[in-house]
Amino acid sequence: MAAELRIARENLEAPFLKKVAEISGQNVFACYQCGKCSAGCVFGEHMDLLPNQVLRLLQLGDDSVLGARAPWVCAACLACTVRCPKGVDVARIMEAIRQLSLRQGLTPVEMKLDRDFPQIALVGAWRKVSP
Amino acid sequence: MTRLLYFPGCALKDQAKEYEVATLAALAALGYEVQELPRWNCCGTVYALAQDDLMRHVAPVRNLIRVQEAGEDKLLTLCAMCYNTLSRSTHFVQNPENLRRLNAFMDEEEDYAGGVRVLHLLELLSGIGPANLAKAVKRDLSALRIGAYYGCTLLRPREVAVDDPEKPEIMEKILAALGATPVAFPERVECCGAYLTVTKPEAVRLRVGSILLSAAQNGAELLVTACPLCHFNLRERRPLGAPKLPVFYVGEVLAWALGAKPIPEEIARAMGVRG
Repeated sequence: MAAELRIARENLEAPFLKKVAEISGQNVFACYQCGKCSAGCVFGEHMDLLPNQVLRLLQLGDDSVLGARAPWVCAACLACTVRCPKGVDVARIMEAIRQLSLRQGLTPVEMKLDRDFPQIALVGAWRKVSP
Repeated sequence: MTRLLYFPGCALKDQAKEYEVATLAALAALGYEVQELPRWNCCGTVYALAQDDLMRHVAPVRNLIRVQEAGEDKLLTLCAMCYNTLSRSTHFVQNPENLRRLNAFMDEEEDYAGGVRVLHLLELLSGIGPANLAKAVKRDLSALRIGAYYGCTLLRPREVAVDDPEKPEIMEKILAALGATPVAFPERVECCGAYLTVTKPEAVRLRVGSILLSAAQNGAELLVTACPLCHFNLRERRPLGAPKLPVFYVGEVLAWALGAKPIPEEIARAMGVRG
């Protein structure tokens, strides 16, 4: 995260931001930072950035958001998506950030195969780390 | 007998077998002739959220084509995750451009024409109506204080929700019609952690602890769910010290009420219900 706030055209038109918009189909600038997504996120306590902070960094064109752990903690439960008063599908934005890493060959999560799992757990977990 | 085409999915043929067996017995008692969808394949498990990812929409839509080939327009699901992926794919192909691209992408099957409706068991039971359900009840379950745990995939996103995503009542109404005592609790709509159980089991344990506590504090003595992954997490990721609530599938309680399956002895004994 930048120490000083700089809002420049080049940040707002950053190529990574266009990719996020393309993959997610969402307009990050629709977010007005009410924080409802973060307030209701049941995994927020495990995230380095809360969902509304992820949105804010995107709005500022700050690509440090691509290295955040938050999208990998997100379980895509869609609580934020159904609650957003601006209709921003936050879960799709989290997915877009994951996809940008995965498509570069980065998979920052570890599978903990400490026991037997139902197929749906394994397929779901692996789908999340498949580009 | 009403004929109904049914999509089982992987879990109902394996670790959630008891959900399938009980529900099919109960539906037979309600006058449904349930037929398994021929040549069904994996629903995809989780719906693809990326907009540019056509490949991941193929699996669910192939199943819709099988329904079309069978000459039907309705498909019953029991697993909440299958319901979610299949139902969302029916919305995806309502966009004519998405449908055209998918049909162009697949070359081994006939084109999908659209129009299949994916129905969850809860919607089917709700459609039968409380009065008709109550008439079919054979066993008194009023001593069972049941917390209905919805989880995510029955309620979100909004376009596939089986009821209001924030204040659902569909499962409680069905349980009440079956003569049980439903108990609503705040955490019934919150995620259990789903497939994070493979990558972040400690986070899932915290979630499960919170859900079980919420249910117990509101007076539930038993939990029901329609999701095999919730069922797994609620049973297998219970943290030490959390309330030990037994967890069953909604189809099992249905079968108990209709006399299609015996109530497990430990439940009958603990809750003072005649097995």
